[in-house]
Amino acid sequence: MASPSGRPVRIGLVVNPIAGVGGRVGLKGSDGAEIVARALALGAVPESGARTVRALERLRSEAPAGSVELLAAPGPMGEEPARAAGLPARVVGEIAAGATTAEDTRRIARSMAEREAVDVLLFAGGDGTAADVLAAVGTSVPVIGIPTGVKIHSAAFAVTPEAAGKLAAMAARGARLRVAEAEVLDLDEDAYRRGSVAPRLIGYLRVPQERRLVQARKSPSPAGEALALEAIAADVVEGMEPGRGYILGPGTTVRAVAERLGVPKTLVGVDAVRDGALVVADASEDDLLGFVGDGPAAIVVTPIGGQGFIFGRGNQQIGPAVLRRVGREHVIVVATPWKLASLGGLPLRVDTGDPDIDRSLAGDLRVTTGYGDRAVCRVVA
Amino acid sequence: MSEPRGTEPHGAEPVGAWPIGPKPMPRRFHQARWDEPIIFELSQPGSRGVLPPPVEPGILDAVGDPAAALPNSVRRPRSPALPELPQLHVVRHYARLSQENLGVDLNIDVGQGTCTMKYSPKVNDQLVRDPKVADLHPLQDASTVQGILELLWRLERFLQEISGMDRVTLQPGAGSAAIYTNVAMIRAYHASRGDAAVRDEVITTVFSHPSNGACAKTAGYKVITLYPDADGYPELDALKAAVSERTAALLITNPEDTGIFNPRIEEFVRVVREAGGLCSYDQANANGILGITRAREAGFDLCHFNLHKTFSTPHGSGGPGAGACGVTQELAPFLPVPTVELDGDEYRLDHDRPLSVGKIRPWYGIVPNLVRAYAWIMSLGAQGLREVAETAVLNNNYLMQQVLRIRGVSAPYATGRRRIEQVRYSWEELARDTGVHSEDLGIRAADFGTHYWTSHHPWVVPEPMTLEPTESYSRTDLDEYVAILRRVAQEAYDDPEFVRTAPHASTVHRADHGPLDDPERWAVTWRAYRRKTGLDAR
Amino acid sequence: MASDEEPVGAHPYIPNSGRAVREAMLEAIGASDIEELYADIPPSLRLGRPLDLPAPLRSEAELVRHVEGLLARNTSTREVLSFLGAGCYAHHVPAVCDEVNSRAEFLTAYAGEPYEDHGRFQALFEYASMMGELLEMDVVNVPTYDGFQASATSLRMASRITGRPSVLVAGSIGRDKLSKIRDYLAPDMTVELVRFSPATGELDPEALRAAMTQDVAAVYVESPSYLGVVETRGEDIAGIAHDARALLVAAVDPSTLGVLRPPAEWGADIACGEIQPLGLHQHFGGANGGFIATHDDPRFVMEYPSRLFGITPTTVEGEYGFGDVAYERTSFAIREEGKEWVGTAAALWGITAGVYLALMGPQGMVELGEGMMARTRYAMDRLAEIPGIRLPFAGSHHVKEFAVDLTATGRTVAEVDAALLKRGIFGGKDLSAEFPELGQSALFCVTEVHTKDDLDRLATEMEAVLR
Repeated sequence: MASPSGRPVRIGLVVNPIAGVGGRVGLKGSDGAEIVARALALGAVPESGARTVRALERLRSEAPAGSVELLAAPGPMGEEPARAAGLPARVVGEIAAGATTAEDTRRIARSMAEREAVDVLLFAGGDGTAADVLAAVGTSVPVIGIPTGVKIHSAAFAVTPEAAGKLAAMAARGARLRVAEAEVLDLDEDAYRRGSVAPRLIGYLRVPQERRLVQARKSPSPAGEALALEAIAADVVEGMEPGRGYILGPGTTVRAVAERLGVPKTLVGVDAVRDGALVVADASEDDLLGFVGDGPAAIVVTPIGGQGFIFGRGNQQIGPAVLRRVGREHVIVVATPWKLASLGGLPLRVDTGDPDIDRSLAGDLRVTTGYGDRAVCRVVA
Repeated sequence: MSEPRGTEPHGAEPVGAWPIGPKPMPRRFHQARWDEPIIFELSQPGSRGVLPPPVEPGILDAVGDPAAALPNSVRRPRSPALPELPQLHVVRHYARLSQENLGVDLNIDVGQGTCTMKYSPKVNDQLVRDPKVADLHPLQDASTVQGILELLWRLERFLQEISGMDRVTLQPGAGSAAIYTNVAMIRAYHASRGDAAVRDEVITTVFSHPSNGACAKTAGYKVITLYPDADGYPELDALKAAVSERTAALLITNPEDTGIFNPRIEEFVRVVREAGGLCSYDQANANGILGITRAREAGFDLCHFNLHKTFSTPHGSGGPGAGACGVTQELAPFLPVPTVELDGDEYRLDHDRPLSVGKIRPWYGIVPNLVRAYAWIMSLGAQGLREVAETAVLNNNYLMQQVLRIRGVSAPYATGRRRIEQVRYSWEELARDTGVHSEDLGIRAADFGTHYWTSHHPWVVPEPMTLEPTESYSRTDLDEYVAILRRVAQEAYDDPEFVRTAPHASTVHRADHGPLDDPERWAVTWRAYRRKTGLDAR
Repeated sequence: MASDEEPVGAHPYIPNSGRAVREAMLEAIGASDIEELYADIPPSLRLGRPLDLPAPLRSEAELVRHVEGLLARNTSTREVLSFLGAGCYAHHVPAVCDEVNSRAEFLTAYAGEPYEDHGRFQALFEYASMMGELLEMDVVNVPTYDGFQASATSLRMASRITGRPSVLVAGSIGRDKLSKIRDYLAPDMTVELVRFSPATGELDPEALRAAMTQDVAAVYVESPSYLGVVETRGEDIAGIAHDARALLVAAVDPSTLGVLRPPAEWGADIACGEIQPLGLHQHFGGANGGFIATHDDPRFVMEYPSRLFGITPTTVEGEYGFGDVAYERTSFAIREEGKEWVGTAAALWGITAGVYLALMGPQGMVELGEGMMARTRYAMDRLAEIPGIRLPFAGSHHVKEFAVDLTATGRTVAEVDAALLKRGIFGGKDLSAEFPELGQSALFCVTEVHTKDDLDRLATEMEAVLR
């Protein structure tokens, strides 16, 4: 991702200026002009601009002089925060006067990726903004998210605005950064506002990973995320029984299993394989019911969405009827040790919509964390 | 005497406050910064540091130069490109490097939690420099080494009493080597019962030392890791879910690296033993429980100690340490060879043990450290060891109370309960507020002449810091350490940039880690560095 | 063994053990007594009685007297003439080595960062660098426990790199090291011995060729061997290994590398060995460090379980910083993705070995190697003159150790060594159990500390004993 030596790193900046405006005044999110108007009427002050400035100030202080070429979306979508942070920027794209829209975000982000060929796209907003960026650029360019919104679930965001600025500066310094895939979830807005939560996994963004400062250790280095995925995949594949069908849930950890089998994987969907061959791609619940009707089956899933849900977030196609057919003992949960650690001791969760099935899945479960490695985790309904 | 003079135009002398003002806390430390070149850069061709004894004419006349008879394919064609320095320059170079190092002797080393950085008494260092320790060959006839054999035998018995186990071996090179030795004996035990193929799983916890899992893996086992409940204790139900007829052993550290003692440890052992598995007790954190509770009473089959932790032997900048394994009589046949035996009043080494796991290292153990550990125990006795444990635990809880008054830090798990030997803290709140990470704080602590350690991976506790005061530090030491942490934490809020760019008063400035992960730039040796940067004229 | 009475005042090693301080601290944390702090430990687990240990020697004078009293029953190699080796060697330890490794900053430090503990990082980087020159290899680990571990780990690395489960080991390997290797390589790997030539003591290349299969990850050879013999067919051995796409792992004695060609130059992919000869006292076998060295190939670098310290810039130009290279190891050897383990090993000895090499310099290492060869040849020649004594590998090259066959004298090694002991000499190690094919043979070690008088005396006494 580092630019060839000598040329400054080209960073695109796209800010959703009204992200998070609802949160402080108790309104969930900020999608929809009506919500925005209500929030502003309630005295909400958009915070995303200020947070963007924090990120940019960090970028300015850490990036060597002349190492950054900043391209900013117009006005509050980038140009103004850049000026406030003291960073010269070339303005890219046009917006109409007045409130900006998600379409503005998508259009300008796409232009930065395709026409301007930025090396990395720095964006500010919430999950909704991440979804817009995903729609615009997919995995064509690495992105760094400055968190400003209220409903931040996605791992596409750095932990603080300063951390986002620091990552961008590392890219500017030509650091070799590992790029990982981060889930992008979106909530069904109306359902969320009615109080029920049903997030959809809509895709993955490529996000540079900061190498955490390595403390002097007396213990071995962790094997590394990439190796852990391979190890998990090797373990699962080695344990696959001939004649048994395997339902493969979404996520990069399960994708590693598919890669080891040599079959394509729908990253945000569910696929079904048997005897090393793909049987159904991007399966619906009906597809899966048919699949488990054809013979013995098992399910391979990984926690999605940061709350530790193994069923009910992003993989609702694996519905209660499918689970009833397969049975708890043929559910294989996979997760790297870092994934489990990031859940911070929280239990794994299930929310299939059927309380009986949920109860049947609750209890202690062995999670595959490596080759020959298991962790015992509590599952709660 | 003349009164103090004011400023004068020439040769002005400084006038200081009288009496001399109080010292600020934290102190105005600055580490030695010698900007010392790599030793190769100090080379002066033709210099000699020390001269080997010359071959006497009588030998030369008799045999000539046998090296000249070596075939070219075997003879070294050019002398090795080692640096050439006069002796004083070698002394000076390493003296300077040593000043760019801390150590327990210099700093309030409570930050290296789980390492048990206690005082290593100088008298013990002196004892091991005696030629009657340092210049013994391991193959000498037993009659010429009765003294050292007796010392080892007695040390084994001390550790048997301290652990409650029936037999002890002092062979392992350090803690992880001791864990591996225990795993090897577990493997041999099950193999002797024909169970090797069936019992292929080992259970451990995520807060036990990672070597428990890693050594088991190395020995061919699958590893099941228990994650803690919300209170930080490993769960009995989770253990029951993990135990089966495939269970070879439970390897568990207790108290765990969080400083929390699992009160249900006896039940854990019972569950595993009922399933036919063995239980091995990682006593790396034993310092706080010496004389209070033992492996035996909890039902363990094996245990191990780190002598460079609990028993005061120095850490040597990363070793050598020394390890000890204790086993029940049932497992004694599998102990590594040789064992130290007493026949009448003669000590000897017994190599004739057909069921032994064999050699786990050359010879008999890290003898200089075994002598130090022996002397340390002899200087303290039962009452002294009890004082060690109680004071270490008192220090730990006192330190915890002071640390928790600092803004931005917390001690997850077992809220409101006391800890044993160490505490794992979290700077998550501070990190969220300021963007400063735990590692940054630890590095800024170097500017005050100390440091701290975060945690093993994976980081279940976010932004971790693990502190272990042991019994060696005074109340004022602990207060000073807390003052340093408080200062550094406050700086994170007031001037995070300054903390993130630390150290500022240390031996060097913040390193760029980029080259270390890049195969084209990483350099483990000076020759590799010169080659890859093009500085090499060769 | 009785326990003692209640002591008065704080113990010198326990500042807060005095009653007043204790009570103040308990009060500060709101605890009424120490017992409260142990609330998590159930009564059933309490020992409930004092440990049964000897009465303590709280004064330093008593302690020293006691320990010295024990040690007085030892006879050190300074007091007699010793020819013992077999992996633990009596070389001269320069005073500067002892000076540096007794400095408190190096002795009492542990795992600090390369800032406050910059000194040990630089000292270990320099050790690795000097070893790199000795071995002509670019990557050398921070020392592991000992030479046995280095050999065992090198073989596991070879297995991970090649994906193969078997190793062929030179049959002259010492049985203790072999025991360690067998244990450490179990259960995934197999170890097969390849015979050595009875005439030369060197590994038999034809036997190696016959034993080679596609399952072999590595050929393991030592030079000088355990029996003291220098391998002269190293290039052939490397060829046989490489032709089968196996690796060559060579264990060497660093004190001989002033005169012997480093294994990298005769085809070794991994070099390993023991650093005890480089400035470490014998310590009854209790001072060891193991080195593992390879070329700078990421495939190999990624397989090291040890730490590797690399040099790196800081924010100030011209400053040397250090850190861990390739912190996240990656590999396709899934089964061992934990890369064995890393623990406290032998850093202080690594620093010491660096000091030794810096003191000796190129010329010192050459003189050391050549000098040992001359003294060893002299000793061999003198002993060979004694009736009944045969040197099984007389025609081979030796540096510091050689086998002596006493079978024809009708005496056992045990008897002869016992007789020599009475005359103030520690004779050679008894090989008769390890290598029965060599009959009543002993392994004698000669280093630079032996004088002509010493060697003459050995011959004279040996002759007297055998008469």
